[in-house]
Amino acid sequence: MLPVPFDYETLRLIWWVLLGVLLIGFAVTDGFDLGVGLLLPLVARTDTERRIAINSIGPVWEGNQVWFILGGGAIFAAYPPIYAAAFSGFYLAMFLVLVALILRPVGFDFRNKVADRRWRAVWDAGLFIGGFVPALVFGVAFGNLLQGVPFHYDADLRLTYEGGLLGLLNPFALLCGLVSVAMLGLHGAIWLLLKTDGPVAARSRSAVTVLAPALLVLFALAGLWAAGLEGYVAQGLDPNGASNPLAKSVVREGGALMRNYGLHPWMRLAPVLAVAGTLAAWGLVRLRREGLALLASGIGITGVVATAGVSLFPFLMPSSLDPVAGLTVFDATSSHQTLFVMLLAALVFVPLILAYTGFVYSVLRGKVTAEQVERNSHSLY
Amino acid sequence: MEIDLAGLSRLQFAMTAMYHFLFVPLTLGLSFLLAVMETVYVLTGRQIWRDMTKFWGKLFGINFAMGVATGITMEFQFGTNWAYYSHYVGDIFGVPLAVEGLMAFFLESTFVGLFFFGWDRMSRVGHLTVTWLVAIGSNLSALWILVANGWMQNPAGAVFNPETMRMELVSFYEILFNPVAQAKFVHTVSAGYVTGAMFMLSVSAWYLLHGRHREFARRSMTVAASFGLAASLSVVVLGDESGYALTEHQKMKLAAIEAMWETEPAPADFTLFGLPDMQAQQTRDAVKIPYALGLIATRSLDQTVPGIKDLVARAEERIRSGLLAYDALQAVRADRADTAARERLTAHAADLGYALLLKAYVEDPRTATPAQIAQAAQDTVPHVPSLFWTFRLMVGLGFYFILLFAAAFWFASRRQFTRVTFLKLAAWSLPLPWLAAELGWFVAEHGRQPWSIEGVLPTFLSTSTLTVPDLLVTVSGFILFYSTLAVVEVFLLVKTVRLGPVQALGLGDPARIDDAHPQAAE
Repeated sequence: MLPVPFDYETLRLIWWVLLGVLLIGFAVTDGFDLGVGLLLPLVARTDTERRIAINSIGPVWEGNQVWFILGGGAIFAAYPPIYAAAFSGFYLAMFLVLVALILRPVGFDFRNKVADRRWRAVWDAGLFIGGFVPALVFGVAFGNLLQGVPFHYDADLRLTYEGGLLGLLNPFALLCGLVSVAMLGLHGAIWLLLKTDGPVAARSRSAVTVLAPALLVLFALAGLWAAGLEGYVAQGLDPNGASNPLAKSVVREGGALMRNYGLHPWMRLAPVLAVAGTLAAWGLVRLRREGLALLASGIGITGVVATAGVSLFPFLMPSSLDPVAGLTVFDATSSHQTLFVMLLAALVFVPLILAYTGFVYSVLRGKVTAEQVERNSHSLY
Repeated sequence: MEIDLAGLSRLQFAMTAMYHFLFVPLTLGLSFLLAVMETVYVLTGRQIWRDMTKFWGKLFGINFAMGVATGITMEFQFGTNWAYYSHYVGDIFGVPLAVEGLMAFFLESTFVGLFFFGWDRMSRVGHLTVTWLVAIGSNLSALWILVANGWMQNPAGAVFNPETMRMELVSFYEILFNPVAQAKFVHTVSAGYVTGAMFMLSVSAWYLLHGRHREFARRSMTVAASFGLAASLSVVVLGDESGYALTEHQKMKLAAIEAMWETEPAPADFTLFGLPDMQAQQTRDAVKIPYALGLIATRSLDQTVPGIKDLVARAEERIRSGLLAYDALQAVRADRADTAARERLTAHAADLGYALLLKAYVEDPRTATPAQIAQAAQDTVPHVPSLFWTFRLMVGLGFYFILLFAAAFWFASRRQFTRVTFLKLAAWSLPLPWLAAELGWFVAEHGRQPWSIEGVLPTFLSTSTLTVPDLLVTVSGFILFYSTLAVVEVFLLVKTVRLGPVQALGLGDPARIDDAHPQAAE
């Protein structure tokens, strides 16, 4: 066994932050290519325009999607109970997301291989679904986590989830789904402004002027609604104890999702960043500073994801059916040793990943033009 | 296969895993072949090697997209369909999967975009580096996945924790350097190299048979022949290493593969062919090679290889020992301060999984009858005839690949590219490496039954708490969706191969590819 220089509580808090980093990494990088996918029918009408939009993300979407894969892997390794509960609980929703995500790699690669209009229309539809469905479902999933989801454990810690696909589609969760669609759509539109010109860029600019205010309104609505929701407060959690979710007690409390903002005022930074980032992105697009706008919208996304995270803290997945079964940062992690081994792996590889991803983006800098995609019809998507 | 939760979950896993592995071996093999061809291009500056890299790269791209697409399902279905497994062993099993993402999949996926889109944006050496990074990334991916799979076969470096009701990591070193994992990794990537080489060999043979793109096809065939010969030799040698690992870690799987019911005096005979009978527990009409199994499995003349009947008896002992662990575990769960119970649990913890086998018959294993215990011990025998035959077919194919690539190497080194019989054989051998690889996975995974984690967690306990209708929706959904994609994929590969390098790449000057002018040949 490797000697571990941190206590269990510290490692668990570090991993809570790292989980946030991975989810934000996913939402910021894969977010713009999901956004381009869901905007595809709106901003690109002709085949050349579609190819411009697709090729703007063509070389990078694959690497971006690994943030999602890595997010899944990290939850498996660092939060096995969450991995087990979330993916089996949201079973059919997860199946929908998988089908939608599978449409992306094949859509990108197969679309340009046949020059038939209907063939391409089919893959365009696939790319739209591949952008829209995951964006919506991830938001819906967060909306359900914020309200608590119906599961319980037996004595062997075998989990049973008592709700189906339709139970996930409640009004608050759908509102969160729309927040997510608007957020990733906005991010995708700004990416297209940065990487394209001509009609695609012009339509993306119009999309920004709709999506930025829409996101602000939806986010504010979700916040007001969340403030009135009944939430959960954990008692008797041992931050250094074994990961046994049944060892604590939990009470329901009105307005519990707002509780942390009073206890830890610095957490108010999260919603502030969400609003400020989105406003700044909108303003910077008007000033034609697309690069900075993309950065600002990335900050906005960071704020939105962080808002969900800090509102729930210490919970990650509360249970509405048997509140004591709710999974928290302190009783749903892997062992002390595993958290440490995974921290070492993350410390070595995340900086490397950021460095070579940055290198790849710098090689690919510049706009994708109609002239380029028409000249390279054999080598580009 | 029964239409119940565990049966359908297994069907779904088998289907999605085997489907995923239609694409993985070609990615593993072709990525290295692309790097080799591009290296020749950079060293010699001859344009045709660039064309070769780009054309085979185009086929690689179609296949890679499907590998990535189907891999997403693989990663998430441990959570969706095997939630108790994820809870029970995620502390260990999740680590190699996450490290795979961090170390390998990110590398491969980030640079694969530059491989396709970076030709005009980078220097020759820069692009070559990118291609090598894709190849290294995809092979490192295989390493970590097989470390995870190796742990399922030989769960070293972990202990059971009664507080959390799960296995927890003790030694990452033992998990990474697990001998089963290491043997599996080299065997599996070699199988991928054989697949990549066969793909190039068969397609090149088809071009030569049709008199198309001769210059291109000859060079491709030469590369495939050398690479394939080395790969087919190593897949067989390293497969033997993987088999040797069974001798120590998965005795039941070995005995089942060999349909060896009784423990024979050392060195045991190797049954070349025969008809294993599960009911009668014997192998009829066996053709045996004296001493061969003892030599292969133990690499000695004096060590015995235990037979199925003895292993069942041993399993029954372990179930009884496991019941002591199970009883102690309940005592510890009721009273955490019960140190005597903790000691009993520690003493028998290695057999706890064997007591869990009884949950197929009774809710509380401690109430099992002697007949149920005997039945559970019998359950540790996987299905012998299917393992016996799939293993022999796989090994036979392995030897066939050595012969085929040796012939290809012989003809290529003598520049004889017009042997029609050989070219036809090479073209028609295309599906065989895929068949061998799928058979290999069947032997590895079906041979591990009834366990999902050998000796630790039975498969039927590993599932999520889902309903049969849930599973019917996803199983039929995947069948429909995956079948459609398979048709599209094959259609595109065939279309691209038929187009050939000149049209698929939009090249203006076909002479260097097609051998239209004799002086273009070297």
